[in-house]
Amino acid sequence: MKFSVTVTLKKDVLDPQGKVVQNTLTDLGMSLENIRQGKYFEIEVDSKDGLKAEKNIDQMCKKLLVNLIIEDYKINKL
Amino acid sequence: MKSSVIVFPGSNCDRDIASALEKMQFKNQMIWHKETKLPKSDLIVLPGGFSYGDYLRSGAIAGKSLIIDEVIKAANDGCLILGICNGFQILTETGLLKGTLLKNKNLKFINKDIQIKVLNNETKFSNKYKKDEILRINIAHNEGNFFTDNNHLNLLKENDLIAFKYCDEKGNISDQSNPNGSLENIAGIYNSKKNILGMMPHPERMVDKLISNTDGVNLFSSLLN
Repeated sequence: MKFSVTVTLKKDVLDPQGKVVQNTLTDLGMSLENIRQGKYFEIEVDSKDGLKAEKNIDQMCKKLLVNLIIEDYKINKL
Repeated sequence: MKSSVIVFPGSNCDRDIASALEKMQFKNQMIWHKETKLPKSDLIVLPGGFSYGDYLRSGAIAGKSLIIDEVIKAANDGCLILGICNGFQILTETGLLKGTLLKNKNLKFINKDIQIKVLNNETKFSNKYKKDEILRINIAHNEGNFFTDNNHLNLLKENDLIAFKYCDEKGNISDQSNPNGSLENIAGIYNSKKNILGMMPHPERMVDKLISNTDGVNLFSSLLN
């Protein structure tokens, strides 16, 4: 079973990398309102129980992949 | 006084802190991160560097290494813990200190001597300094921009847990004297029991006039006091 995890900075946390990317895109003539940079993981687990597997992924996020003080995350089944 | 310096793959200030500790007459041991037993120590130091190449987040992987369980146990038993630079980042990742270190606001790696002010001189780490003493000290980091939530910030203020703030030569604490965008110029904090100090500046680099100054000496002599 394969899942994706998308990690993004919380709304009120400054994202200087995103800001620089945004400025550069604007310089390139692209029209955009806002951009936030994040991280993306693809995780494969050996499981037949979707719910259990998702709980397992959730634990991985909480234990290591995500810093809950500054980041939000979304899990999707692929 | 017995000290242990934890060494991770990618630590690069471990020798500097060891030599500073030995110069100050600590009996020091180097402990590899894969060890599961810590020798009896009065002080544990998490040194600066780039543990695990800063993969995932600075300090995130080191914060889950085998020896860390022992460090957490020792910390809960009241052992003194000092995290410098990457060591501070590791402390926040273990949860021993709250808050986190974001990328520097200007996105640049900053390596320079700056000033910090001693806000609390009544701790095991700072009792040899004067209150509001200004120290000239080196910083060298890419992620030193301290951030935390309002509740924690208020707790830090109300309980005098802010160790150091970035300031200018005259001691003014302002945006101009803030090198990395840290919340309220915070350069170092204590936990609520004040037995854990995390700081971005490098006191171990300021113990010898030959290469810098001696503004870091009193941090170590405070510990011996």
